[in-house]
Amino acid sequence: MSWKKALIPLACVPLIVLLAYGFRTDPKAIPSPLVEKAAPGFRIAVYDGDSLSLEGLKGKPVVLNFWASWCYPACYEEAPLLEATWRKYQNQGLMMVGVDIQDKEVDGREFIARFNFTFPNGPDPGSKISIDYGVYGVPETFFIDRQGRIAYKQVGALSPDVIEEQARAILEEK
Amino acid sequence: MGLRRRGRVAPGGTAARRRGGWALVALVCAGLLIPLTILAVAPSPPRAEAGSSSPDMDERVRDVASELRCVVCQNLSVADSPSDLAKEMRNLIRELLQQGKTPEEIKAYFVSRYGEFVLLEPPKRGFNLLVWGLPFAALLVGACGVYLAAKRWTQRGHQAAPPLDPAYAERVRRELKEREGSSGS
Repeated sequence: MSWKKALIPLACVPLIVLLAYGFRTDPKAIPSPLVEKAAPGFRIAVYDGDSLSLEGLKGKPVVLNFWASWCYPACYEEAPLLEATWRKYQNQGLMMVGVDIQDKEVDGREFIARFNFTFPNGPDPGSKISIDYGVYGVPETFFIDRQGRIAYKQVGALSPDVIEEQARAILEEK
Repeated sequence: MGLRRRGRVAPGGTAARRRGGWALVALVCAGLLIPLTILAVAPSPPRAEAGSSSPDMDERVRDVASELRCVVCQNLSVADSPSDLAKEMRNLIRELLQQGKTPEEIKAYFVSRYGEFVLLEPPKRGFNLLVWGLPFAALLVGACGVYLAAKRWTQRGHQAAPPLDPAYAERVRRELKEREGSSGS
């Protein structure tokens, strides 16, 4: 085979590599530039009337979960896990905050009651916190360590293994 | 019943006067209805969102939003997307502009939150240069290919014809002569 004939299959190689890369990549996954950086500060008015801020939680590991009552089934799947993890680790200093985004208050409250959430949850008027955290869908969960740094970001529903591993990691990190 | 009473004529009026009166009424009605119809049909100006201040501000918001990708859509800018998140982003852009932030600072803020993915036009540096350069490189390679192919075809056209077989030439000459002889007689 002459070199000219070999050129045609050779020219296809970069194209095949590009296609292979493209098909293996999830076009909907947006890598967050916030991971391993300082978590943006926020203040949230929780549904029971209190207000809390990240500044006020300084020194505590925080699990910040973005959810919505219309996010079915992913938010419904992970909701019991969030509550169970909160109950398991709150005495060890873990803080959990839920941000209900683009939701009606009545629906948000109903969701909280349905899953017996005992950790603080609040709405995000104007999606300010969501945009500040680069959220582009629900659910998304940020694990913030004691230094206020985002240690891990989960896009989509949490699995029991992921929430356990990440909660323990930010608890154990000094 | 009530509608029928509309045609009643004043006593003593002529037919011509009646026609003139109706024409006047029709003219007045048309004068009133046409502008109203135009107002109703004409496209309304784009509705400003929360915190709108002026058309100039709307335009500035649109300029910035049109350079940002709607992160929950497929190939739509924040300016064109009807999604709730894009609407909130437009409101935030307006708020930041009102605070005196420049478009560049606002875009940098969104990049710091969503990464360069949020920009509809990737910045012209590093690996991104490939995106900008490759189409031109492909165009250049294609143009070179077309030029070389065209050159080859034209050269082929100018090549000298292969030498004619003497026997075949002799046969053509003979047949031509015969044809001339038969047509002359």
